[in-house]
Amino acid sequence: MNEMVRTLEPFEIKDYLRLQLMPHFMCPGCGHGIALRALLWAVHELAIDKNKLAIVSGIGCSGRVGAYIDANTFHTTHGRPLAFATGLKLARPDLTVVVITGDGDCLAIGGNHLIHACRRNLDLTCLMLNNEVYGMTGGQVSPTTSANRLTTTTPGGNAEPTFDACKLAEAAGASFVGREVTRQAMALKNVIRDGIAHPGFSFIEAISDCTEIYGRKNDLGESPEMILSQKSDMRPEAFGNVADEPFRPNRLVTGILAKQARPEYGAAYRDYAVRVKSKPGRPR
Amino acid sequence: MSHAPTALHGNHACALGAIAAGCRFFAGYPITPSSEVAEHMSRELPHVDGTFIQMEDEIASLAACIGASLGGVKTMTATSGPGFSLMQENLGYAAMTETPCVIINVMRGGPSTGMPTRPAQGDIMQARWGTHGDHPVIVVAPASVQEVYTQTIRAFNLAEEFRTPVIVLYDEIVAHLMETVSLPAKGKAEVKDRKWATGAEVGFMPYAETDDLVPVMSRPGDGHRVHVTGLTHTPDGFPTQKPELADRALRRLVDKIELNRDRIDEVEEIETADADILVVAVGIVARAARRAVEMLRAEGVKAGLLRPVTLWPFPEAQVRNAAERASVIVVPEMNTGQLSLEIERLAGRGKRIRTIHRIDGEPIGPDEIAQTIREA
Ligand SMILES: Cc1ncc(C[n+]2csc(CCOP(=O)(O)OP(=O)(O)O)c2C)c(N)n1
Ligand code: SF4
Ligand SMILES: [Mg+2]
Repeated sequence: MNEMVRTLEPFEIKDYLRLQLMPHFMCPGCGHGIALRALLWAVHELAIDKNKLAIVSGIGCSGRVGAYIDANTFHTTHGRPLAFATGLKLARPDLTVVVITGDGDCLAIGGNHLIHACRRNLDLTCLMLNNEVYGMTGGQVSPTTSANRLTTTTPGGNAEPTFDACKLAEAAGASFVGREVTRQAMALKNVIRDGIAHPGFSFIEAISDCTEIYGRKNDLGESPEMILSQKSDMRPEAFGNVADEPFRPNRLVTGILAKQARPEYGAAYRDYAVRVKSKPGRPR
Repeated sequence: MSHAPTALHGNHACALGAIAAGCRFFAGYPITPSSEVAEHMSRELPHVDGTFIQMEDEIASLAACIGASLGGVKTMTATSGPGFSLMQENLGYAAMTETPCVIINVMRGGPSTGMPTRPAQGDIMQARWGTHGDHPVIVVAPASVQEVYTQTIRAFNLAEEFRTPVIVLYDEIVAHLMETVSLPAKGKAEVKDRKWATGAEVGFMPYAETDDLVPVMSRPGDGHRVHVTGLTHTPDGFPTQKPELADRALRRLVDKIELNRDRIDEVEEIETADADILVVAVGIVARAARRAVEMLRAEGVKAGLLRPVTLWPFPEAQVRNAAERASVIVVPEMNTGQLSLEIERLAGRGKRIRTIHRIDGEPIGPDEIAQTIREA
């Protein structure tokens, strides 16, 4: 992927933001801002023309992030950004389409769209900001909330099991799957960059922190403590090992987790159309 | 102008109308009695460099249509009651973001799974009020296969002209009726396109107030880098919660349709000029009503028919006018009373209204309507 990396100008985040919208809405220490920076940095390294960049986001704090990007931005409905992006990309293959979604947006209400987007393998990049909670609505439990965590709807601690979004994406057919923590902003940027460059459906999970609501409620410390704890909780070698107590008991693996060459759906449909057109007569 | 007449089903005519109108993207999910629209679109679209996709559900179908339309392509989906219910949230999104798209809703018996292969008119109010919040909507209600063709084209034109979702509402009978249709020669249908923003203008306002209240649309890639959101937004496209700005934005959305009614309204009136007994009916029921009116005229009864072709916004002025001259109004419909609510609202005090409501999955026939008129 290195040949795609532009080294000419240094990355200047202001070149990619709608500065007229500042100050932004995010709470101090929110991990979503770091993920936003990593995304824009990746866009810069890939030298993507802002006019040809489409950001499609869902509803949530994660979904609100898209508006700050100086590109074609579509803030859609809760859980549905992948479906909107599917239409947009099929209609406009010339655009680079990146979806920004949250753990609730992508895995709960939007779970069905995720598995079918993975299966189709259309050239989209799905960046899921996983903060283990419904941030925007005030801190309710999400499909990725760790065991025993307190949320406004699990006042006695979360009793539901979580699921591993990356494993789900890979099993459903995503041809690029990656995960990184916001603590490692540069590594996150690299995964996002490689995901966008990958021709096919790329699913990237960014481990983010909801400092104000989830952090407070669970006494996880201030944002520096929260972000530091990300590292100890991510252990590639300990994958699947449910550890005793810490912040993220599942000890998720990070890095590029899956990559496979599969036919990209947009191109496959266009090939199909050529084949159909070349056949004499039209089926009725 | 016209080709030799061709025999088509309503759902086939719908697909051909869409292609003639310039539809180049269809996303849908199979459901009786609308599935043939999707099937025909899947065959037609590759031949015109368009795209067909069967999505995972109706929510995704309308979302994909809106996404493609925001990309600059004319789009359509087709469904029936259960799927139409699922589409309501994104229908509101299309209205709020002023994204043109066409939704075909072929009505079947409800509620719930109901009677999938039987006709009904139970979605008249859902088509108007199905999504939440005050919102504009245009609904056209064809009554014949020929009209499915022409009204589908008109639906696209209205969607483009007013940047709004347009619903084409018909029922299982019209969908599966085989009738002769005369199609215009290729490329001869009157087709309208949305107003496109040109030039990479700095400070382009995606929701600027124009004379006809319909903003100019930007195509991604053309340099405007617009923000689109379902949040209440100001002319720059960004969200607001300021009461005066929110009020202005939402009123324009509603006014865009209300103040342009001269370009949206369409009614068919048969013998209403001197009608003492006025029948108001839509879709397939209006065809039976038309026959009933003919029968009664032959008997010397001054009956007439008013049929909203544009069903929403409701043709209030036209109904008021015709109702004023009549002493009795007869409203036959395949539901327990939806159209009749509008008529009661508009007919004026003391006007006698006779209704016929069928919800047994059987159509309302001319004899039934004629008998009600005789007894009126
Ligand atoms: C159909 C629908 N249901 C519920 C909501 C309310 N809602 C807004 S954001 C949200 C959850 C967001 O959580 P997540 O996707 O994890 O994003 P975060 O705010 O944590 O970044 C919910 C339930 C909505 N907007 N629409
Ligand atoms: S509520 Fe949580 S997720 Fe939302 S901006 Fe604040 S810290 Fe971030
Ligand atoms: Mg979340």
